[in-house]
Amino acid sequence: MGEGNRKTVYVMRLFVTGASPNSTRAISNLKKICEEYLKGCYELEIIDVYQQPIVAMEEQLIALPMLIKKAPGMEKRLIGDMSDKRRVLKGLEINAVNL
Amino acid sequence: MKPDNNKKQKKDDKKQLGLQKTPSGISGLDEVTGGGLPKGRPTLICGEAGSGKTMMSVEFIVRGATQFAEPGVIMTFEERVPELALNVASLGFDLEKLQANKKIKVDYVHIARTEISETGEYDLDGLFIRLEYAINTVKAKRVVLDTIENLFGGLANEAILRAELRRLFTWLKDKGVTAIITGERGDGKLTRHGLEEYVSDCVILLDHRVLNQISTRRLRIVKYRGSLHGTNEYPFLIDNDGIVVLPVTSLELDKEVTSERISSGIPSFDEMLGGKGFFRGGSILISGTAGTGKTSIATTFADGVCRNGERCLYFAFEEPPQQIIRNMRSINLHLDKHVKTGLLKFCAARPTLYGLEMHLVAIYKEIQKFKPAVVILDPITNFASIGSLSEVKNMLIRLIDFLQNEQITVMFTALNLNDSLRDPTDEAVSSLVDSWLLVKDIEANGERNRGLYVMKSRGMKHSNQVREFVISDDGLELINVYVGPDGILTGSAREAQMIQEETGIAIRNYTLNRKDREIMRKRQVLESKIASLNAEFESVEEELNKVYEEEELRKQILNKNRETMQNIRLSGEKNSKPKKPQNDS
Repeated sequence: MGEGNRKTVYVMRLFVTGASPNSTRAISNLKKICEEYLKGCYELEIIDVYQQPIVAMEEQLIALPMLIKKAPGMEKRLIGDMSDKRRVLKGLEINAVNL
Repeated sequence: MKPDNNKKQKKDDKKQLGLQKTPSGISGLDEVTGGGLPKGRPTLICGEAGSGKTMMSVEFIVRGATQFAEPGVIMTFEERVPELALNVASLGFDLEKLQANKKIKVDYVHIARTEISETGEYDLDGLFIRLEYAINTVKAKRVVLDTIENLFGGLANEAILRAELRRLFTWLKDKGVTAIITGERGDGKLTRHGLEEYVSDCVILLDHRVLNQISTRRLRIVKYRGSLHGTNEYPFLIDNDGIVVLPVTSLELDKEVTSERISSGIPSFDEMLGGKGFFRGGSILISGTAGTGKTSIATTFADGVCRNGERCLYFAFEEPPQQIIRNMRSINLHLDKHVKTGLLKFCAARPTLYGLEMHLVAIYKEIQKFKPAVVILDPITNFASIGSLSEVKNMLIRLIDFLQNEQITVMFTALNLNDSLRDPTDEAVSSLVDSWLLVKDIEANGERNRGLYVMKSRGMKHSNQVREFVISDDGLELINVYVGPDGILTGSAREAQMIQEETGIAIRNYTLNRKDREIMRKRQVLESKIASLNAEFESVEEELNKVYEEEELRKQILNKNRETMQNIRLSGEKNSKPKKPQNDS
């Protein structure tokens, strides 16, 4: 399960809006995916945009929840409640074995 | 537009009960909407690309911030902030400065589908948070979303998007901000994505049409819930001061009129109009064939107005101002003087520069800015080249209407292409104007002279005589034409007639002089005769007197002698009186 080049660290920021249904779903879905595929080699920061509205402007947020993958490689943006696992993995460029 | 405004004001007061309005500050738009956009509600401005949606919405925000102390938020989905600032800088808006002063807040929303993958349910809370943050930072009363439809390009899930947009507009209403949402015109629909479904309070449609290679911007209020509004298409103009919408003034004929007169600048011409000149606030048409001096009359009028210390706005559609000033120097009119003092302003533009409506808007704008007492349009003929006769007539009706409301006197000049009086341009316009002057060539004896007729002049006694119109080094003058046996005489024929009459007078004078001299001579002859007769009479008289004196003398001597004789005799007798004869002798 997810062996291979395990040394790369995934830096991710998840922007949510308080405890809205979408946000809570997104947090739990993402955590599940991360635990499953990126265990031990990811940094996930969860930001409540309600608390820091200025971030919304800085990060060009519109649709929420949004996940921004800062590293490795190109910056990548994913929106939604992360329920579509395939798309999340594709978006994060994780080569999953059992899709 | 003062009377008009007052009326509108009253209407507004009534409407205050129903719907409150936020003045847009855009010249003319508030007249058309009867006070502005619906307060606290979103308004949709839709139109094709380049129809001026962004300009109009940005002006709404800037005017709000600068004139009505209502800060605003611009959320732009198309142009980056520096781009937008640069674009509206051409209208004289300094977005950066306004932002720095916390009067407005500009937020650029970037969204591109390629950079985003969707992984499930989402909402537009990010947009809401940003908007709220921006509104709170500047305490905004006005919001512009330009063009929110771009979200449809960036996000795939249209169902979510539509639900969120509906939520957004409700949210905006709850916030109590007056918002403008722009939308691109779609096929058969007002907007490409049907935004009109959500924004139902006020919809303004902008249009940019090109007809005969001349473009005209137009604006129409498609809907304005709960308010009366103009339903026409109104032309508008974007220039270096922003947007100007031209309200088509109502064609009600209930204008105030004055019986105050304004001189034409030519005293002898004022005489033709009852001695006082035109009515203030009236309209005057001068028509004539080429080279009959229409511009000279117009500029003389302008000169007279300026010399009275009033303002005159001169629209030159054929000649550049410098050329007019130079040319008029030859008839002793120094217009540059008035230009320097700021009483006279020239606005020169080719009629073909833009459409009729745009001309009207441009004229309207200049008049609003300069506030003249007199407006001159020289000439109106070329407008026919950019519009049909009825269109030109319509435009002039509106212009005259507007000017009459403002109590501004207007003078048009029109070129007659043929020599007949029934020129189509004249026909179209002449029924609208209050005074119509015709300058006509009178051709006789191998020369061409100008005759001036007053075709009509409402409400005043005016001469029915043809006057000869003379342009000299000293200016313009009207001269009574000579009526000879062959009709009226002008030019050198008139001069000849005058010389002839002068000769006659000289000859008569000469004859009279000769007779006078003869009488004098006769008198002299007779007087000398009388003198000689007098002398003769005197000598006869003297003669006669001499006889008398001699007689007297003789008488005396005789008496003396007699006395002497007596004395001698007496002394002989008594010798007592010897003294007496001694005394006598």
